[in-house]
Amino acid sequence: MKIEIQYSEITKQFIIDNFLFGNGAKLDNDTPLFEKGIIDSTGVLELVAFVEDNFKVTVADEELVLENFSSLNAIEKFLQSKINQPVTN
Amino acid sequence: MCGICGILNLKSPAPINNNHLRQMTYALGHRGPDETGAYIDNWIGLAQSRLSIIDLSSGSQPIHNEDQSLWIIFNGEIFNYPEIRESLIKNGHKFYTTTDTEVILHLYQEKKEQCLADLNGQFAFVIWDSVKNEFFAARDRVGILPLFYKIENEKLIFASEAKAIIEISDSVTKFDPIGLDQIFTYWTNLPGRTAFKDINELAPGHYLKFSPNNGISIYNYWSLPFDKNLLSEDKSIPDFTAEISDLMKDSIRIRLRADVPVGSYLSGGLDSSGITAFVKNYFNNELRTFGITFQEESFDESEFQNLVIKHLSTNHSEVHATNEDIGKYFSDIVYYGEKPIIRAAPVPLYLLSKKVRDEGYKVVLTGEGADEIFGGYNIFKETKVRKFWSVNPDSQFRPKLLQKLYPYIFKDKRLAQTLQTFFKLGIDDPNNDFFSHIVRWNNNLRLKNFFSDDLKEQIGSYNAYDDLKSILPKDFAKWDYVYKAQYLEIITFMSGYLLSSQGDRMAMANSVELRVPYLDHRIIEYMATVPSRFKIRGLNEKYLLKKVFKEFLPERIVNRPKNPYRAPIKNSFINNKFLDLNSILSEKEISHSGIFDSNKVNLLLKKALKAETLSELDNMALAGIISTQFLHNDFINYKRLNVPDDYRFNTFIDKRNISN
Repeated sequence: MKIEIQYSEITKQFIIDNFLFGNGAKLDNDTPLFEKGIIDSTGVLELVAFVEDNFKVTVADEELVLENFSSLNAIEKFLQSKINQPVTN
Repeated sequence: MCGICGILNLKSPAPINNNHLRQMTYALGHRGPDETGAYIDNWIGLAQSRLSIIDLSSGSQPIHNEDQSLWIIFNGEIFNYPEIRESLIKNGHKFYTTTDTEVILHLYQEKKEQCLADLNGQFAFVIWDSVKNEFFAARDRVGILPLFYKIENEKLIFASEAKAIIEISDSVTKFDPIGLDQIFTYWTNLPGRTAFKDINELAPGHYLKFSPNNGISIYNYWSLPFDKNLLSEDKSIPDFTAEISDLMKDSIRIRLRADVPVGSYLSGGLDSSGITAFVKNYFNNELRTFGITFQEESFDESEFQNLVIKHLSTNHSEVHATNEDIGKYFSDIVYYGEKPIIRAAPVPLYLLSKKVRDEGYKVVLTGEGADEIFGGYNIFKETKVRKFWSVNPDSQFRPKLLQKLYPYIFKDKRLAQTLQTFFKLGIDDPNNDFFSHIVRWNNNLRLKNFFSDDLKEQIGSYNAYDDLKSILPKDFAKWDYVYKAQYLEIITFMSGYLLSSQGDRMAMANSVELRVPYLDHRIIEYMATVPSRFKIRGLNEKYLLKKVFKEFLPERIVNRPKNPYRAPIKNSFINNKFLDLNSILSEKEISHSGIFDSNKVNLLLKKALKAETLSELDNMALAGIISTQFLHNDFINYKRLNVPDDYRFNTFIDKRNISN
């Protein structure tokens, strides 16, 4: 059985608590996080650290591109593909 | 320096309440602890609390002219007063003191408002012509010294600090929503406005006139003289260096004029080290210097301070700023600064001026203004890089220069690409008036997310960017982009924050006067003629100033990368026994002042308590909210000061002949 984990749901709550301080009314899954100024330069560090801690992943250097973190949808897509990819040795 | 204040009837003669003048000078006592004086007639009350620096024995204010028709109260210093005095004497003027104050008065008598062009100094003063019933108030060119006013019940109430106006105001003081919006955008108000409703500041380079027939009018007498047509394109670097060196020498020379000893701040950076070196080499071999060291290593510059102290062998004292002290004294600096503040950096300067005073000094030279005038700040270099990038926005190579500029932000190499995106904002519009500052200001805008719905509603459709645009000089759009950046930095950050919240207010809180050699108007005017490519060579900031000081300072001081002066916020405020944040930021307190959204503040506090480090923005929000809450308690939810019954003016001139 495949469990659908909604990474973006958990990440959304983190963003609401830590960057929007409780007010998530304007945050949709396709809201551009950087262009809308929701997350700033140092905020990226917090966001990546949260993702790494919570979903037990390590984000590689080449994955740290804006496209992977530009919106909740992008984060979802990135994590789905990262976590579901076969483990190789 | 001093505190000045007064009350002027705007419609008709009416008794001025002497007690109001007492309350006002009492509130300004820290600015002038040495003596007080007042003048009252049927139209006006002028009062002053004095910090005696020139003519200690006979310089009591208010001061009058020969026939006592003109009266003046003065806060500041006119550094070229001996020369002006001499020429006035030749013209027949008679002086009864040796003060600079009396010189201004006679010069005004001679030239009216034109007198301002002759004054080289830092000043706020008020002159009353008791025969013509004419009122004149002026403030120095870049706003080194403050002057506030309020119009209430057909009276003009004015003072060096807003607290003296609030003290006698008939109505309860409120925050000005627009004023707050500006502060949380620019770190300070735009010229003229304050954080308080109906309390205005006379803008730098302006004067205010009043007569019963013509009412109040305000004029601009000086502005930053940036004009493409005035650039000295044909001069060489040695020409510039020699001329700047001469100007600096003279600026420092006249700023050492005082009847008390003058010391110098020394941070270990180029600007204060350069001043110290010049004083030491040309004027005073016994110089006393004062500096700050920090508990937190990343903020501390003592290594460089020690290098300069050893090199110049000055007699140095330092104050050690612990995180605990920075949190502990934050409420004090808000009381003296009278503005919400999103930095903790004024606190160490407050501790430093206290040290200066404890060591028996009243006057110090400081390096403020050099970065703005000579092109020192990273924001100028950032503008240069972004301008270079804007030519080819898709370039992978061009934005890499940002990493050179901000190695500490880019130290996590993994984030380099993401970070670049932030600096890309506005890159498609390099001729925009705000090209230089838009990245920074847009980031600050997010602080306003903490505002309460009620405050947001009061701010309404006000737009701080449009407001600033409306006061830009007419030909601004045609200026060189570095000049634009300099201009924006000077009229916002320098005048409103650096010289005020971090300058005059922190020094005067402990009755210490700052003197700012880099802001001699001759230097500002000269540097306005220097093409910007000479100010910043490539990405080498303050290029000409480095040349000037090269032979006087250790090589490491001249060539060290610029280190912004800052103080820790989170580590000073969190878990500090002197700062009970659970109470200061409680829902009750936040709702009571009504400025912020208490749920958001609560989440921010939770985050700050939990996190090991806070982002720049969260740090600014924390300081901004705490300081606004303090301000609310200091001046809005406010009890009047208790003036002791035996508090009397040392000099009191009463020319009233009407009564209640």
